Amino acid sequence: MAKLDSKIPAGKLEEKWTNHKFNMKLVNPANKRKYDVIVVGTGLAGASAAASLGELGYNVKAFTFHDSARRAHSIAAQGGINAAKNYRNDGDSVYRLFYDTVKGGDFRAREANVYRLAEVSNNIIDQCVGQGVPFAREYGGLLDNRSFGGALVSRTFYAKGQTGQQLLLGAYTAMNRQIKLGKVKLYTRREMLDLVVVDGAAKGIIVRNMLTGEIEKYSAHAVVLATGGYANVYFLSTSAMNCNATAIWRAHKKGAPFANPCYTQIHPTCLPIHGEGQSKLTLMSESLRNDGRIWVSKLKKDMRKPNDIPEEERDYYLERKYPTYGNLSPRDISSRAAKEAIDDGRGAQGQDAVYLDFKDAINRLGKKVIEERYGNLFEIYETITGDNPYESPMKIYPAPHYTMGGLWVDYNLMSTVQGLFVAGEANFSDHGANRLGASALMQGLADGYFIVPYTVGNYLAGDKPVMVKTDHPEFEKAKKNIEEMTAKLLSIKGNRTVDDIHKQLGRIMWNKVGMGRNEKGLKEAIEEIRKLREEFWKNVNVVGQSNDVNQCLERAGRLADYLELGELMALDALNRKESCGGHFREEYQTPEGEALRNDEEYAYVAAWEFAEAGKWNLNKEPLEFESVKLATRSYK
Amino acid sequence: MEHKKINLTLKVWRQQDANAKGKFADYKVSVSPDSSFLEMLDDINNDLEKKGMEPITFESDCREGICGTCGLVINGQPHGPIPRIATCQLHMRNFKEGDTIYVEPFRAKAFPIIKDLMVDRSAMDRIMEAGGFISVNTLSVPDGNSIPIPKEVASEAMDAASCIGCGACVAACKNASAMLFVSAKVSQFALLPQGQPERYIRVDEMVKAMDQYGFGNCSNTYACEAECPKGVSIKNIARMNRDYFMAKIK
Amino acid sequence: MGWVWKSLNSSIGKKFVMAVTGVALMLFLVIHLAGNMSLYGGKDAFNNYVGLLEHIKPFIRVIEVILGLVFAFHIFNGIRLWIQNKQARPLPYSVNGSRKNTTVFSRTAFITGSIVFIFLVIHLQSIWYVFNFSGVEEDLYTLTTDWMRVGWYAALYFVAILLLGFHLNHGFQSAFQTFGWNNSKYFPFIKKFGTFFALVITIGFGSIPVYFFLLGGK
Repeated sequence: MAKLDSKIPAGKLEEKWTNHKFNMKLVNPANKRKYDVIVVGTGLAGASAAASLGELGYNVKAFTFHDSARRAHSIAAQGGINAAKNYRNDGDSVYRLFYDTVKGGDFRAREANVYRLAEVSNNIIDQCVGQGVPFAREYGGLLDNRSFGGALVSRTFYAKGQTGQQLLLGAYTAMNRQIKLGKVKLYTRREMLDLVVVDGAAKGIIVRNMLTGEIEKYSAHAVVLATGGYANVYFLSTSAMNCNATAIWRAHKKGAPFANPCYTQIHPTCLPIHGEGQSKLTLMSESLRNDGRIWVSKLKKDMRKPNDIPEEERDYYLERKYPTYGNLSPRDISSRAAKEAIDDGRGAQGQDAVYLDFKDAINRLGKKVIEERYGNLFEIYETITGDNPYESPMKIYPAPHYTMGGLWVDYNLMSTVQGLFVAGEANFSDHGANRLGASALMQGLADGYFIVPYTVGNYLAGDKPVMVKTDHPEFEKAKKNIEEMTAKLLSIKGNRTVDDIHKQLGRIMWNKVGMGRNEKGLKEAIEEIRKLREEFWKNVNVVGQSNDVNQCLERAGRLADYLELGELMALDALNRKESCGGHFREEYQTPEGEALRNDEEYAYVAAWEFAEAGKWNLNKEPLEFESVKLATRSYK
Repeated sequence: MEHKKINLTLKVWRQQDANAKGKFADYKVSVSPDSSFLEMLDDINNDLEKKGMEPITFESDCREGICGTCGLVINGQPHGPIPRIATCQLHMRNFKEGDTIYVEPFRAKAFPIIKDLMVDRSAMDRIMEAGGFISVNTLSVPDGNSIPIPKEVASEAMDAASCIGCGACVAACKNASAMLFVSAKVSQFALLPQGQPERYIRVDEMVKAMDQYGFGNCSNTYACEAECPKGVSIKNIARMNRDYFMAKIK
Repeated sequence: MGWVWKSLNSSIGKKFVMAVTGVALMLFLVIHLAGNMSLYGGKDAFNNYVGLLEHIKPFIRVIEVILGLVFAFHIFNGIRLWIQNKQARPLPYSVNGSRKNTTVFSRTAFITGSIVFIFLVIHLQSIWYVFNFSGVEEDLYTLTTDWMRVGWYAALYFVAILLLGFHLNHGFQSAFQTFGWNNSKYFPFIKKFGTFFALVITIGFGSIPVYFFLLGGK
């Protein structure tokens, strides 16, 4: 394959993006309407990219598998969005946001990308305000901020507990405006099933019309994938039911390397599993950790009710192990500590859960203050569990939440497949091995509003790609392959349901490629996934027809991809013989049980090139740190 | 935490496609009270698939009550009997042993049934495309703090903006009117200074679009507000009425 | 003037017409009730009041025509809305949950309005038409009170007024909502005042058949 060229511009960190923008080739305004760009996914990154590209004058074809562009899972982000505005005068700056993000990512992200992210973060806030996003305000009418984990400054902007929703609606309305103006054509209920590559360049996509089952072909001069992450490989995660890896996985199989697949974020504050029928996990906002104290019993198999356990028999393990950050320690560290306590047999009433207790906060501040701050979340908790968190502590448990890995992209957010751009959670670029709170929204919008529109233009002006018609043999071939795969899935008629197999895959992933990983477990996982994949293709039962609404078929196609991706995640985890961020190899830890990085050998991006199912070639992009000094990440 | 299971009879609307005649199918289930309503349907579907039968088609995505994808009419009420939640947040502990539960799709001429419990709500997006935006280009905006907005105004705009676009207001309204949905967006922008330049043209365009798609007329029964999972207020409808009047006489 | 017609034909326009005509009709009800209260003053008091109106007959005729138009608009629009609203949901729900999220008053506005309309036709024929156009030389007091002593008529009158009360309880606050005068500070008061208004109208008119039929008022 082509050598990985990150195309990081030369020059000082602070000047790279400005210089790069200046050096970019521009498309003559009159020629922009001659270029077609496909955008797949209409979450924060996709909708904002579609809107901005449309504004610039390109013909945009936007695709979503939802019924509406307003439903993408970006909508579920609660807490907020970071920006280096320094409105608080608390010493924040672009550099500090950059530094916090690089450190938060455990020094496994590309410096130049992260700096650019921090740089454009301020534009995002202005942009969203201009669109009518109702950010929280202070009495003086100015924008309000709150603090978030992993930072000592207050830089998070928010709109109630619905920041993601409001930002997505902002991007959605910007896109609607372009739809009205005829610059964006939106295709809903279309699931991307393949990427069409001609002579090494992305020329279009194959989608399934989810209403009629028809396999449709669309061509363009460039393709932007903004299709989110792959946490649903675990079956149970905080991702929405329909989040899936199919678009990026099929692109991967067409030549786009997949980077750092093993970096997954396990969020510490989710609701525990209630039983076998559990369909997904619900996140409780991280903000609860501002006032809640996390603890378990000091005794093993302690079945007493939490309120019956006396103070001296409680272990506030985060406060004990990380006195400085305490209950506000970063996500990966908090999750792992919960796992340790549970593995030690000290889970809440013998369950897979730890307590999040507001008793002290209520005593200190009064019930009314707590109600003002978290009333909404307490209600959600009670709706779901039937327990009242004012009276007894919440039970929480870590859950897969975000995937830092994704398709490999260069500084222009372009894959090694020419003309294939990847934005938002779908790419790997900005969060390294761990993402900080309130940074996902920032990255999605930065990519979509401020980066992709420039870099796509640069590609179109520089490479002058030609558009291929959809009757090109490559399109026909791709379409035929998809039709054959569909027919194959429907013809197996085996004994196991799609969800049954997916749950089994989820258990393998959670137990062996989850919060704690080791060589033996990873090797077993690879074997087990391979076997399960084999079983899937022999024994799954996909009911219904191909020419109709068929949710069973949709799920089966996605699972087929997870069964390959899961193996790659295990392979990548096995390859990375160090612990960093969300990737914790039990063999590599400090005597105190902290992650032990190996900068000598593993300060690189692992970009996997697909050879065939179960076989990948590893390419390494070395990470060079010019501005930041590599250091052990300490929150003690 | 596993509690004793409860036994229920479900009567679920099954309809092959938009033109087919639908009818209720009966399902006997035994379900944990900790399970959610949709998890119960997942379970039924898993059983159906095991038998090689077509599962019940219904939509859901985030299962946290924010994406607005899910929406079932349960015993005559959109999103079920508990106020201020979406269907996905409804848990089975709210039902009793032996209950019979009717599950129907949202019914409205503007929301044609696609299959079983899945309906086409794209008319709502068409209304949004007609004018539910503020016309600003990327980067053509002033600093976020350049226009101070009083806290109460921002928070009122936020309340209007919290609409999740699920369509429960349409489903609940005896006239299948979309006034609450449309007015929520009109209000959000009418309240904020950024929305002023297009305030009247926006309401005009959006109402025009709303009237095109076969929604009924508002008769002020306020069922929409009662069933809205986010509690969007009918004050927004009043504001839209006012703005529409102003748009017309200006 | 095309824009006026077009605007009034939009969904909000039609509601606006309902509200404006509704308010006009409510004003009429107040005046009608005030006049009717003189029934309790006996035959002379009432007939004097009627005589007063006879003095300004041409003016009253104009008002009657306007009132007729207002009624027609209110009813025509109401029927049009009702038909469109039925069409907006071709297949109704099998389980009707509206009792759980609406009041009986707002749910039944069309039905109560229809029954009041039927009553109105009978009422106009039996009293207004007979008095004005039939050539019968009876004074209005006698004509009215005689009818009130007829069992079925008194009962119909009473039921219709009760339903009118239902209709008004919805209509009063509804008009404010349609005009856009809804604000959390005063809307609760408007709702209460609407109920008070509906009660006054119901008790005022409703007392008449009770007084003359049940209590044997002279």
